[in-house]
Amino acid sequence: MTTTAESTTTTSQDETTRMTMAVAMNSALDLALDGDEKVILLGEDIADPAGGVLKVTRGLSSKYGTGRVRATPISETAIIGTAIGAALAGYRPVAEIMFMDFMGVCLDQITNHAAKLRYMSGGHSTIPITIRTTVGEQRFGAQHSQSLEAWFMHTPGIKVVMPSTAIEAKGLLASCVADDDPCLFIENVRLAFSQKQEVPVGDYRIPLGEADVKRPGADLSVITYGPAVHTALATAETLADEGIDLEVVDLRTLIPLDMASVMDSVAKTRKAIVLHDATTFCGPGAEIAARITEELFGKLDAPVKRLGAGYHPAPYAPSGLSYLPTSDELADTARELLGY
Amino acid sequence: MVHAQSALEADAAETALSTADLTQMYRTMRLITSTGEHAVGEVKAGRLKSAFYPVRGLEGACAAMGVAMLTEDQLVSNYRSLGDALAKGASLRSIVAEIYGRADGTSKGKGGAMHIHDQSVGFVTSTGVVGSGIPIAAGLGLAAQLDGAARAVVSVFGDGTTSIGAYHESMNLASLWNLPMVFVCQNNQWAEHTPIAEYAASTDLAARAEAYAMPSLAVDGFDPIATAQQLRTALGRARNGGGPTFVEIKTYRLTGHSGSSDYSYMPTDELAAATERDPAPTFRRWLLDEGVLDEQALAEVDKEVIAEVEDAFAFAQDSPQPAASERYTDVFADEKVVSAL
Repeated sequence: MTTTAESTTTTSQDETTRMTMAVAMNSALDLALDGDEKVILLGEDIADPAGGVLKVTRGLSSKYGTGRVRATPISETAIIGTAIGAALAGYRPVAEIMFMDFMGVCLDQITNHAAKLRYMSGGHSTIPITIRTTVGEQRFGAQHSQSLEAWFMHTPGIKVVMPSTAIEAKGLLASCVADDDPCLFIENVRLAFSQKQEVPVGDYRIPLGEADVKRPGADLSVITYGPAVHTALATAETLADEGIDLEVVDLRTLIPLDMASVMDSVAKTRKAIVLHDATTFCGPGAEIAARITEELFGKLDAPVKRLGAGYHPAPYAPSGLSYLPTSDELADTARELLGY
Repeated sequence: MVHAQSALEADAAETALSTADLTQMYRTMRLITSTGEHAVGEVKAGRLKSAFYPVRGLEGACAAMGVAMLTEDQLVSNYRSLGDALAKGASLRSIVAEIYGRADGTSKGKGGAMHIHDQSVGFVTSTGVVGSGIPIAAGLGLAAQLDGAARAVVSVFGDGTTSIGAYHESMNLASLWNLPMVFVCQNNQWAEHTPIAEYAASTDLAARAEAYAMPSLAVDGFDPIATAQQLRTALGRARNGGGPTFVEIKTYRLTGHSGSSDYSYMPTDELAAATERDPAPTFRRWLLDEGVLDEQALAEVDKEVIAEVEDAFAFAQDSPQPAASERYTDVFADEKVVSAL
């Protein structure tokens, strides 16, 4: 487990500035383009003046040219396929798919090619691509909202990353771009602008596959990632007033999955809730809960609980049909488990 | 749109074929026929459990591509890739060992007949999903363009592929970005078990390229010299910054869709007419008639090919099975990611 970002540069090591998560990701891409001429960006509307749907690529085509920061036609299959082909020729492409629900359009390229080419070639082909996508915006309706990370966890050969803070977004994105395997980097729309931190200005990387304990606690482990980390932290403050001490473990990456840190936490607290925005049924929490139960059966004081979205498409009605797990639900579940 | 005339009339200096080229083409055709028939025979005999897609009928188209492409040019093929792989110079022993799923195969036996590759000769990858290799080839083309390199990328696919979205997205993207590519459509008249007239609203596949502002031509795939010359022109255009070309090579599948499938659904008159033009024997007769090679030289090539194919199959059959530990390698660069899950 790590709790701090380790700088890998000698200059600007200590310099920080206040950044949103979106700006932090822009900084990661800027440094990657600057540091490695083989890094290229592909995606719809990513060039200036549009600068991407969340403005994460703003300014980069002006700085590095539209040869390397390349706006594409609305062709998700061609975007990912082109990224794969360029990767086969030694490039490190970063492809943007505007919304995670659009993954269905290019799923063949991601799951049949990016994820399998290393294996199918007996290790001869290396696909160092990063696919950036966004999730978590309810106001567009069911085709722009869903958290589909379980699809990719279930496909051997692709890494899955979802940051919860600006510092981690920058350090994890830098690691994805430098990684020799395909990485899916999921950006939460709500966090992109609400998360602001003092973020190191220089280049640093946070290793993939290392969970982070965002809040140590003694009574119950909340295993979570992405935006739900903030739900868990808020709930922990509420429950602290009742004398309940939550530990919040931020997985940060789902593949590689730091199960050792999960087990360490739950072995200590003996109770666990897995919390995420993805659908509970067959979601990431199902795997994690099953693993906790298999490995810590004799040490658990209560059943392992899962909290996520219900089994239905994402509804529109922005205020009338909220469907993501709430702090109240988490608090109630925690109280229930403390009763065992 | 340029429609190629008979090969034998076109002899522009830059596309002219030398005796060495013609000999190589004949050798490649024989190698493809012999290897393919050997593999199908092994499948039908039950000694080889492989979904192998035969390439009979494509020998001339593939051999033409082999002499037209330079070593540094790159190729992305599909599941019917044996001819493309051999034409590009991939190792026959490694290919056959891969079809057998053995440790000495191109992918250590983990890829199979549909996923042959040999990066050392620019045979970058071959894909099992129709059309999916085309955007990947576009990415190789983008890399060549960004590198400022004078190399071309060829994407090879069948006529059935022109119905899928990946093809259309890639045609548009390649033309828009002026990528150094040649789209080679091996039109064997069949999309698996469906004839072209039953799946294509327009069977003039080359004409479709006009919609993407891409130069295109159609050439008789049973005329390997015309095919090679047209491909040389298209490849030269790509290498010189002239952008992509769509080349429809009109041929005919001389067997069923897969190695062991029934093909009684194929009209016997069509099949018989195409078989009359079977590429390797037809080309052999032409070489003899034109005095390019004499019977002794041709017989020597035949003999060498048979020996090479027998050697490759013996090599593959003797190659060990992949080690059990190979199941979990090559999932990621770092094997610990898998073991920690």
